[in-house]
Amino acid sequence: MTDLMSSDIHFVRASVLEEQRPPTRLSGPLLWMRENLFSSWLNSLLTLVFVSGVAWVLPDLIHFTLVIPVWVAGSSKDCSAELLGHPVGACWGFVNAHFGYFLYGQYPDSERWRVDIYYGLEAFGIFWILYPKAPFKGAGLAFFFLVFPIVGFTLLSGMPSIGLRTVQTHFWGGFLVTIVISTVGIVASLPIGILLALGRRSAMPIARLVSVIMIEFVRGVPLITVLFMANVMFPLFVPDGWRPDSLLRVLVGVGLFSAAYMAEAVRGGLQAIPRGQYEAAQALGLGYWQMMIKIILPQALKIVIPNIVNNFIGLFKDTTLVAIVGIFDFLRTIQASLADPNWRSSTMPLAAYIFAALVYFIFCYGMASYSLAMERRLQTGNRH
Amino acid sequence: MSSSVHALKGMKPATLTHENAIEITGMNKWYGSFHVLRDINLTVKRGERVVICGPSGSGKSTLIRCINRLEEHQKGSIIVDGTELTADVKKIDEIRRDVGMVFQHFNLFPHLTILENLTLAPIWVKKMPKKEAEEIAMHYLTRVKIPEQASKFPGQLSGGQQQRVAIARSLCMSPKIMLFDEPTSALDPEMVKEVLDTMVTLAQEGMTMICVTHEMGFARQVASRVIFMDQGQIVEVNTPDEFFKNPQHERTKLFLSQILH
Repeated sequence: MTDLMSSDIHFVRASVLEEQRPPTRLSGPLLWMRENLFSSWLNSLLTLVFVSGVAWVLPDLIHFTLVIPVWVAGSSKDCSAELLGHPVGACWGFVNAHFGYFLYGQYPDSERWRVDIYYGLEAFGIFWILYPKAPFKGAGLAFFFLVFPIVGFTLLSGMPSIGLRTVQTHFWGGFLVTIVISTVGIVASLPIGILLALGRRSAMPIARLVSVIMIEFVRGVPLITVLFMANVMFPLFVPDGWRPDSLLRVLVGVGLFSAAYMAEAVRGGLQAIPRGQYEAAQALGLGYWQMMIKIILPQALKIVIPNIVNNFIGLFKDTTLVAIVGIFDFLRTIQASLADPNWRSSTMPLAAYIFAALVYFIFCYGMASYSLAMERRLQTGNRH
Repeated sequence: MSSSVHALKGMKPATLTHENAIEITGMNKWYGSFHVLRDINLTVKRGERVVICGPSGSGKSTLIRCINRLEEHQKGSIIVDGTELTADVKKIDEIRRDVGMVFQHFNLFPHLTILENLTLAPIWVKKMPKKEAEEIAMHYLTRVKIPEQASKFPGQLSGGQQQRVAIARSLCMSPKIMLFDEPTSALDPEMVKEVLDTMVTLAQEGMTMICVTHEMGFARQVASRVIFMDQGQIVEVNTPDEFFKNPQHERTKLFLSQILH
């Protein structure tokens, strides 16, 4: 019996319709390609352009970096096509030979184990707080934000009383400096940024004014200017006897700079929270900080995870700018090594910069992937 | 309410210490230059259930939102259980602890489970031990008939269920007065009854309530008084029987003729 005719005026359902499976679709790689890659002439064109582009670049790149490179070299002579009599690819020997310098800068050879421990502690701490299944999260946070900074600083700068030779910060360099600056920048910028964002939306005029001035002033000038100012002006504000360390000055500059950007990212999240959430929290008698910490910020920060991580990634890459005030970060150590007379060659920079790009990419892509995974994790069971 | 539950420590039924739960005298409020509440005088006695109705924009929501200071009044006085509402933050917090509010759009906290929604304020505002707060929360969830939803998130519940959770969330603070701001207006028609039933039970237990609502059946059933507002003023106050049978003011008559078909 057909159930309902369009001409029926009266209809009462007599039986319940059973749930049915959706009609099966044909599948298979060829069909998938036709539906997804060649569905229209524009799509087909895009596919062809992309495939031919990859086919044009990729073989040469693989050939140069993986098939005919020189893995071990003592000087630029070992990588010279004229001297070897055959074409050579990337001179990874250069990276190999300077790897220690890239990793530790001028940090004294005999003390580099301290940097290794520092790297280990940081990796351990990051894993502890970021890996969702790791136990004792509270202890992990305490470790990363209290124990690690003190132990890490003591390790790196030394403490003669416990047998660690003092190593002044102008010996620090390479990847160590990049990691220290970006870690301090990231760790400091989030809380400061949150405070600035709350201040900017505060009902208290002074808090609002201070926040707005801070944010707009710092955002209104390039990082390089902030770094110069931190370098030149910061000493003017501290007592005469104390000459702040040059790395410390840069850390303050980078921290404030990224905090200003963080504040605007967080403010975006705060604005997205409906007024009803504030009202419900207030009606229950929650105070301002309870409301912010328990209700508003968890929701606001979740919304702006992509922006926050975007800032982290930007900060990580911006650390290269500290070279301008004379600090040898990772990229600067690579450039310095290229000036090494033993390694003078026109092909050397290619290998060096591919290596640098790869390292930066691994870290930035790592952060991006983690944030995507985090977004997906927080999405479950938490829909509005 | 079962007597075994009264044995729970934090569950002593809260009682108003003053005969007058709420005393509003000569209260005025402006939004900019717009005079939204005009010379409001209203006293709600302990245990009274007051229903406020009126056309949209008449100021009824604003009025009850002034009672727990979600809105600030500029003239006149509001005294809640003997405490006058001023800019004093301590007093505001004190009053908010004693006055529960249920919103049109529920305003549950979407990032917390139902149970966490209920225990948050008792734990952080009343400094109640977590276990005790959870026991009380489960008690009220049972009362609003959804204990099985405790570990879900608000987004997974129907509108009616969410509003019942919102009521339970307020009750967990053992309020002396409950304010309802159009609690059923955002609900699908089939879910209105389950929320109203919860409110009726609450009224029958003697809770002091002010409800902004257009549910006239509810008003008839539980209200001690019905207040009709228009253009920021109280236009008519009467017992529900008289209010519906024998409205006096022209505006009230027009309003009732529009909503009662």
